Amino acid sequence: MMSNTLLPELYTTMKRIRSFEERVGELFIKGESAGTMLHLSTGEEIGPACVGTAMKEQDTFTTHHRGHGIFIARGGDPKKMLAEIAGKKDGYCKGKGGSMHIADMKLGHLGANAIVGGGIPTVVGAGISYKYLKEERVSVAFFGDGAMQQGILYESMNMASLWKLPVVFCCINNQYGMGTKIDNAVGYKDFSKRAESFGLKTLHINDLDVENAYNKSREIIEDARKFQPGFIEIECYRFYGHARMDKSPYRNDLEETEMRKLDPIDYAKKELIKNNMLNKEEISEIDKNILNEMDEAMEFAIKSPVNDENEIFIDVYSEKDPLPISIDEKINKILSN
Amino acid sequence: MSDLNQNFFEKITYRDALRLAIHDAMIEDKKIIIIGVDVANYGGAYGATKDLLKIFGKERVIDAPISEPAIVGAAVGAAMTGLRPVAELMYVDFFGMSMDQIVNQLAKVRYMFGGQISAPLVLRTQGGTGRSAGAQHSQSLESWIMHTPGLFLSMPSKPNDAYHLLRHALRIDNPTIFIEHKLLYNSTGYLDKLDTNFSFGKANIIREGEDISIISYSRMINFAEKAAEILNQNNINSEIIDLRTLNPLDSKTIIKSVNKTKRALVLSESNYTSSVPSEITSIIFENCYRILKKPVIRYTAEDTPVPVAPNLEKNYIPTIEKIVEYSKKLCN
Ligand SMILES: Cc1ncc(C[n+]2csc(CCOP(=O)(O)OP(=O)(O)O)c2C)c(N)n1
Ligand SMILES: [Mg+2]
Repeated sequence: MMSNTLLPELYTTMKRIRSFEERVGELFIKGESAGTMLHLSTGEEIGPACVGTAMKEQDTFTTHHRGHGIFIARGGDPKKMLAEIAGKKDGYCKGKGGSMHIADMKLGHLGANAIVGGGIPTVVGAGISYKYLKEERVSVAFFGDGAMQQGILYESMNMASLWKLPVVFCCINNQYGMGTKIDNAVGYKDFSKRAESFGLKTLHINDLDVENAYNKSREIIEDARKFQPGFIEIECYRFYGHARMDKSPYRNDLEETEMRKLDPIDYAKKELIKNNMLNKEEISEIDKNILNEMDEAMEFAIKSPVNDENEIFIDVYSEKDPLPISIDEKINKILSN
Repeated sequence: MSDLNQNFFEKITYRDALRLAIHDAMIEDKKIIIIGVDVANYGGAYGATKDLLKIFGKERVIDAPISEPAIVGAAVGAAMTGLRPVAELMYVDFFGMSMDQIVNQLAKVRYMFGGQISAPLVLRTQGGTGRSAGAQHSQSLESWIMHTPGLFLSMPSKPNDAYHLLRHALRIDNPTIFIEHKLLYNSTGYLDKLDTNFSFGKANIIREGEDISIISYSRMINFAEKAAEILNQNNINSEIIDLRTLNPLDSKTIIKSVNKTKRALVLSESNYTSSVPSEITSIIFENCYRILKKPVIRYTAEDTPVPVAPNLEKNYIPTIEKIVEYSKKLCN
């Protein structure tokens, strides 16, 4: 029975997410990040780990602005992610998208989004494609509790249900949208009920048992593959401020201290030891390897070159089309007349 | 905001001038409410509504869910039924999702219903580059609004203008879209609450000159001012016109200035094509074509989305060096 457990893998994924986010914070402190709009998934690792692991290789997804953790769980390369966050040439989007717009079509990442709710209907479209093309793929939209208040989510849920699409909506509920606590954002807080009323199969995770969350998420995803779309809500707590400049003055220390005790990584570690799945030395070894991996990613990002100036004009249209003419060229042409 | 009752501030931030304007208007008019994402507890993403919750309470300073189309739409409804809302969109980029309520509802309420009613509200938001905030959080979308009849549009560059334009917007019967700039909040200037020179819809001649008219608004005014100093050392005396409002647009001041200088550079942080400078350039050509010594130049950001990489973002928008270069060429 023990040999079937995925807990060591889930632990490793969560730990990699946390270490990655620590490096994002470090990048910011070193002044090497592109801007300060960096949203960390620290404390929220259970969602990315359980749903990310339950998805199959061919499955695709979109994320919200707090998407680093999800992509790590889906095989994102920390090197290219950190380089993107630094706005460098070797980043996933050549440094043009940044932290809030990491994407990688090869790994099924259809894009992180800075518009709350903006990436949700994308998975509906992906569902239409996969069903039409007869590909056995599921597309998952990841978003925060804030997006539960965007109308476009409900338009999307209805379409997924109406057209029986291989789609899952996954809400990472970290209790806050920026400085607004969830109780101040919703009149009635039962998200599963909302999804149910659209005909979706629902799952609500509200504890730290990541392996159980993984097993249940897999059922939702496999049902979606058989054209029963689903909805997953994972409750967690945003350990730090909304973005790097935010010190969360709107919530009290006691709440933070109490909620940070609900640490999915600590919990998984204890479970691993208690059930003799891994001993302390083995866990330290895993942790050490992760630190090395992230050190290398950090070095890679910092050493990665910046883009040539001309990169501004590339990717606006397809490579078969002419580049947009620069303003400088336009003006000089007029002035030389 | 040390002394709320003070009438003159030698140095105040753009942010505090806005806060004061809302504060003073709310004291004067009990029908004013604030509604937006994180405007109350958080005090606004850029701090423009900080402490107003404490002063006016949660009936008047309302944190909304992240539901922008309904925030704008509800503000329209409240304005139609007796209140005077200050609605906030945290980023101008959220026009994208809110455009139906702004363009098809707000802008049309008075005309479509035969003048029976107006929607006197202010929709505050902010735009612009400078924080590596990326393609969806850095745009300059004022031309979308200027293109739509029925909406006043203010884009102040200075604290004093910010204060008076906002106070004015909260007194009139037309809806006003009020676009701030994310890099202006910490900028400083004077504020004279009793300023008798301030006149709504009138551009401000920030600097008088004879050689070239530089016409702009919002943050680019600061760039124009720095360029003007350099140009001055090169014996080029530029006139800077700060439009302050784009609707109404003070064509008279623009035309008068260009008739004097015979040369014009229109400066903006937005994209080039179909922009505010496109409109102003047409006005100048239509009215001054006999007198122009050189073509009118539109100097704007590139016609591409905004890149996040700091080195690219910096060169994406106009630079002071290039304002100087083009102005020199125009004056040759
Ligand atoms: C449409 C839209 N409105 C507002 C914002 C500003 N904003 C960015 S993140 C955020 C909070 C989002 O909360 P949630 O969806 O719960 O995600 P979390 O940050 O908690 O992960 C807000 C209001 C935005 N980016 N897009
Ligand atoms: Mg949240």
